Amino acid sequence: MTPTRKKRLTVVLLILLGVSVAAAIAMTALQENLLYFLSPSEVAEQQMPTGRQFRLGGLVKEGSVNRATDSLKIRFRVTDGLKEVEIHYDDILPDLFREGQGIIAIGSLDNNRVFQADEVLAKHDEEYMAPEVADALQKAGHPRASKDSTSVAPSEYKP
Amino acid sequence: MNPVMKFLHKTGSPAYFYWLSGRIIPWLWVVFAVLTTWGLYQAFFVAPSDYQQGESYRIIYIHVPAAWLSMMIYLMMAIFGAIGLIWRIRIAEILAISSAPIGAAFALIALITGAVWGKPTWGTYWVWDARLTSQLVLFFLYLGVMGLHSAIDEPRKAARAAAMLALVGVVNLPIIHYSVEWWNTLHQGTTIKIIGESKMPSSMLFPLLLMAVATKFYFGAALLSRARNRLLDQDRRRGWVAKSIREQRL
Repeated sequence: MTPTRKKRLTVVLLILLGVSVAAAIAMTALQENLLYFLSPSEVAEQQMPTGRQFRLGGLVKEGSVNRATDSLKIRFRVTDGLKEVEIHYDDILPDLFREGQGIIAIGSLDNNRVFQADEVLAKHDEEYMAPEVADALQKAGHPRASKDSTSVAPSEYKP
Repeated sequence: MNPVMKFLHKTGSPAYFYWLSGRIIPWLWVVFAVLTTWGLYQAFFVAPSDYQQGESYRIIYIHVPAAWLSMMIYLMMAIFGAIGLIWRIRIAEILAISSAPIGAAFALIALITGAVWGKPTWGTYWVWDARLTSQLVLFFLYLGVMGLHSAIDEPRKAARAAAMLALVGVVNLPIIHYSVEWWNTLHQGTTIKIIGESKMPSSMLFPLLLMAVATKFYFGAALLSRARNRLLDQDRRRGWVAKSIREQRL
């Protein structure tokens, strides 16, 4: 390689290095802000103030879903295996919403520490399976595939 | 000179590149057509439906190959750009800028198909989570590279400036890939893994891999076609073009 080309190669490598370092520093600094949602444990730890909007993510607790019969109102609890938060919501839920499903709710805590959600999103997991296989697994008592429970057990759910 | 360098030097000559790419392109189109037909048939008629999402998951057969390709094209654009910067090989400069619109198109396809899938699955078209945002940044980087290139009249200078921007943007690629692991995102984690077990049965995975390979052939054909046009446009007053016309090779 000629000296000129070596010099140009060094410049290219220095650009890549410089940008990587800058990006790494920026991402470390912004770590908190880049989190799309908080888990119930993080909500408890940080003592989230009432009325401030944030996103809360977790699994819908088994047996906690309580629907009103005459309206869209729904109450349920989300958990990350350690802490729980009560959520109240009054709108249309995504198709994937079910007990055990990972969800993200957008809203704020009220004075009773109940999370009043303005929007509920279902978090899809990375597991894909044919329905027959899922049924077979469910019959065999495999926790990963049952339609009513999550494909990720609460203990291994990393919000 | 070793055979590899000899081949590179030969391919770097405009006349030879023009002739060689013209011979390769039809074959790339043929392989693309065969693989896409096979892949789409497998994807829509053979692969089973998903236990949670039903049929709507089938959009991954477009979404995932497009997203992968949009990242791969960016990496190739940066590599071509770097080769152009260091060795000042004009063909590499042309290949770099010719990659940009194709990459931008695939980045946009990934964003749109993802939004269409997100509405029924998540309940929203768009959220500003790390994966979606970094993919949008990738799309804007492509637009930036194209914009910067077209803002400078002199093609060699334009290529160098665009290559610099392309190189800076490379840092976004690992961010896109690891965004779902580094941060909480609405977008799910990685299903298909090179190391370890993929979280998808092979009956679903096979059509996806077919489509992933097919789109690469599309990229090859589209890139070479674009590069030839650009080269011919830049060299329209050069000797080799006139010579090729005389010899009826154009």
